[in-house]
Amino acid sequence: MAVDRSALPRPGIEPPFVFPEIRRTRLANGLDVWTVEHRDVPLVSALVLIRAGAAFDPSDRPGLAAVTGDLLDEGCGELDALGLHDKLGRLGAQLETEVGADATLLGMTTLARFANEALVLLAEMIASPRFDLRDFDRVRDLRVNRLLQLREIAPAVAERTFLRLLYGNHPYGHLPIGSEESLRGMAIAEPAAFHRRMYDPSRISVIAAGNASHDELLRLVDDAFGGWRPDDPHPYPDPAALPVTATASLESDRVFMVQRPGAAQSELRIGHVGVSRTSPDYHALVTLNLVLGGQFVSRINTNLRERKGYTYGARTTFDFRRGAGPFVLHASVQPDATGEAIREAIAELQAIRSERPVTTEELELGRASITRGYPRNFETAEQVTRAIAQLALYDLPQDYFTQFVPTIMSLTPDDLTRAAMEHIHPDRLVTVVVGDREKIDGSFVGAGLGEPVAVAD
Amino acid sequence: MDIPFTHQRLDNGLDVIVHEDRGCPIVAVNVWYHVGSKNEKRGRTGFAHLFEHLMFEGSQHYDQGYFRPLQEAGGVLNGSTNADRTNYWEVMPANAVELALWMESDRMGYLLPALTVAKFENQRNVVLNERRQNYENRPYGLAGMAIAAALYPPDHPYHWMTIGAADDLKAATLDEVSAFFRTYYRPRNASLALAGDIETARAIDLAAAYFGDLEAGPEVPPVDAPTPRLDGERRVVLEDRVELPRLYIVWHSPALFAEGDAHLDLVAEVLAGGKTSRLYRRLVYERRIATEVAASQNSRESSSSFQIVATAAPGRSLLDLESAVAEELRRFVDDPPSQVEIERCRAQAEAHFVHRLQTVGGFGGKSDQLNAYNVFLGAPGFFDRDLARYTEASADDLRRACLRWLGSERVALSVVPRGRLDFALPGSEPAAVS
Repeated sequence: MAVDRSALPRPGIEPPFVFPEIRRTRLANGLDVWTVEHRDVPLVSALVLIRAGAAFDPSDRPGLAAVTGDLLDEGCGELDALGLHDKLGRLGAQLETEVGADATLLGMTTLARFANEALVLLAEMIASPRFDLRDFDRVRDLRVNRLLQLREIAPAVAERTFLRLLYGNHPYGHLPIGSEESLRGMAIAEPAAFHRRMYDPSRISVIAAGNASHDELLRLVDDAFGGWRPDDPHPYPDPAALPVTATASLESDRVFMVQRPGAAQSELRIGHVGVSRTSPDYHALVTLNLVLGGQFVSRINTNLRERKGYTYGARTTFDFRRGAGPFVLHASVQPDATGEAIREAIAELQAIRSERPVTTEELELGRASITRGYPRNFETAEQVTRAIAQLALYDLPQDYFTQFVPTIMSLTPDDLTRAAMEHIHPDRLVTVVVGDREKIDGSFVGAGLGEPVAVAD
Repeated sequence: MDIPFTHQRLDNGLDVIVHEDRGCPIVAVNVWYHVGSKNEKRGRTGFAHLFEHLMFEGSQHYDQGYFRPLQEAGGVLNGSTNADRTNYWEVMPANAVELALWMESDRMGYLLPALTVAKFENQRNVVLNERRQNYENRPYGLAGMAIAAALYPPDHPYHWMTIGAADDLKAATLDEVSAFFRTYYRPRNASLALAGDIETARAIDLAAAYFGDLEAGPEVPPVDAPTPRLDGERRVVLEDRVELPRLYIVWHSPALFAEGDAHLDLVAEVLAGGKTSRLYRRLVYERRIATEVAASQNSRESSSSFQIVATAAPGRSLLDLESAVAEELRRFVDDPPSQVEIERCRAQAEAHFVHRLQTVGGFGGKSDQLNAYNVFLGAPGFFDRDLARYTEASADDLRRACLRWLGSERVALSVVPRGRLDFALPGSEPAAVS
């Protein structure tokens, strides 16, 4: 049978997609529990969302939330660190801790037949970590050593410098790992106090998905977490609500440069303070970003990679958080094209607001890639728990996933242009380059960019 | 773990493997070509990977970038190259699987008419950027290259990295691209797996319709990649932009699926998998002489390597690390893994296994795994036996693997901060990297 190669085959009718039922329950101690049945594979995933991320670090103690998160699996209750990990290992449990700006996440996936024991351990880690001095000391040292190594990792240097210039002393102005000075000065009492204050069932959501019924999943969580009564909970203001005040005198078209002699590439960050996850323009911005720089076929990647060959890849992100997170373009570019790459990138940010607004065709392409492939975001139990964590963290409605596609489909090109005008600000851009000034300078002159401002890492 | 599948070989030699999984309305399309950087020649390296890039740039009947129509249909896609194979995959909504088959078959059959010098030069620049970003500009990024160069003689197919030497990439020509395609990108050297929400009979029919007409292609030239012998320990040093020195100890080890391969995976788990592992416990937890430690059996088709990596804590020497590792390896033989250690390793192996099989597509998902078993073993349904390699291993198997393979014939690479050659293990010679 010969195939018609004169045109690409058209997709058939889209399969119906129904997000599995989500149930939400509050335990007597205030813990917020979400359950979803997910029957494919004999695994259970649980994700604990603690509303205490790096933005909750005291201003003189960046890194505290992350050290606290790191100490959770260093021993709990009767078990020391090795005893705990020995048990986890034998249950086939995979544990992952992630400290973001707004929250700390502890995820665990385990073989379904061990789910009970594994969840009990997980709860004990959250409720009664030991905070032994010896473990604190070791963990702190390892983090200081990690910071030493990050000095030589260009993306980390760029990220840190960019956030500092953008946010200054705002809670979003530092990386979760903090600084050497802060870590070296930290005492064991600090993570212990942070834990007492912030780890309170009423600030925590547990999301369980896997090869069990809602009732069974709820019972697993209740058995593990239901008996927890915190010592000293008290309300805490949301740091994300703090306004971002203008930081350094950020004149437009200034480029900040971290000198890295001999660097083989230039690491770039270009952006400004963006918007919060609760913005009514969220859907428009997600779609706009796909057109601009959020996927392979976006304008910016097509220009910088596929047309010019300046980079292995360039992308833009709106980092949506509880407060206004950064909007940023990331790329690692060849040194002698650094100036040109910056000029092209900024030109794309300008063009999408005015001379080349999003076309109907671009809108169709951008939204098709997220709406048509939507079900694949929920293939595994772990993906389901991560998706639901977004609902919990950003206070989104329970039918959010059902509403997502229709909302995206209702957008028009004008909606995207309006969102671009309102939320992309070429006149407020902070540009950071981490690279070898000698290799880069010539390209700046060629691109008509001003003299870069040297900044320390 | 039961992964039911149907396997059929088309007349042109293309293997088609189908696995139904109706859990999510998506279908994974996964194509393996049995070609990688070990099919390259000395002085012409980086070719298989550069070629992979060109596969996304358009083919005769759709001469534009491949990302757009597939993403527009709601698909995701990618590809990768290693020493032994090149893979390409799409995960499509169930209603758009034909589009992926159309495009995969078009680039398998009709890539060359659409290839131009402009595309070639653009993607070569992209690859040179990839190389600088991921290897040259990354701390310890050239270690893999230094190790391969020390483990294998210059003509050995595992001597070079898949990313290739920058000079070789710059010297590559369009003619070579064409010859490479005609030799390796043919149905008889490929395997197609479909997994997900699709009926088996329809999947086979579609595969036959789209790929059945393509010419089989020639017999692929064999690759000779025997495991070389090292005479004792070879010490090399690399200066890099790093803050903390790092030690890599690397041995030759049995090929993927060969006797001892899974045992060495488990040895790595006992030594450095998690906080209770022997090396982590000794080096990081108790003595605090290292900031991190890892061990892995890097399985490859013709010959593998086993590697232990440890980064020195500030003020600690690589010699300290070296002797602590040596001590643990001795202890492994004298005091083989306990029942508790074995149980932990088995549970971890099973969990990793099940974990990978949660997804139908992408790197490591079920479709990719079916192709891996098919290409390397001719047995797509090897899942059960693969898992059994781990669950049936005994402490004595691990001990014997350690004795047999992790002896004094090895490469020890010191990566040290620039200007601190004195941090290297004594007697190290400069590493060969380009």
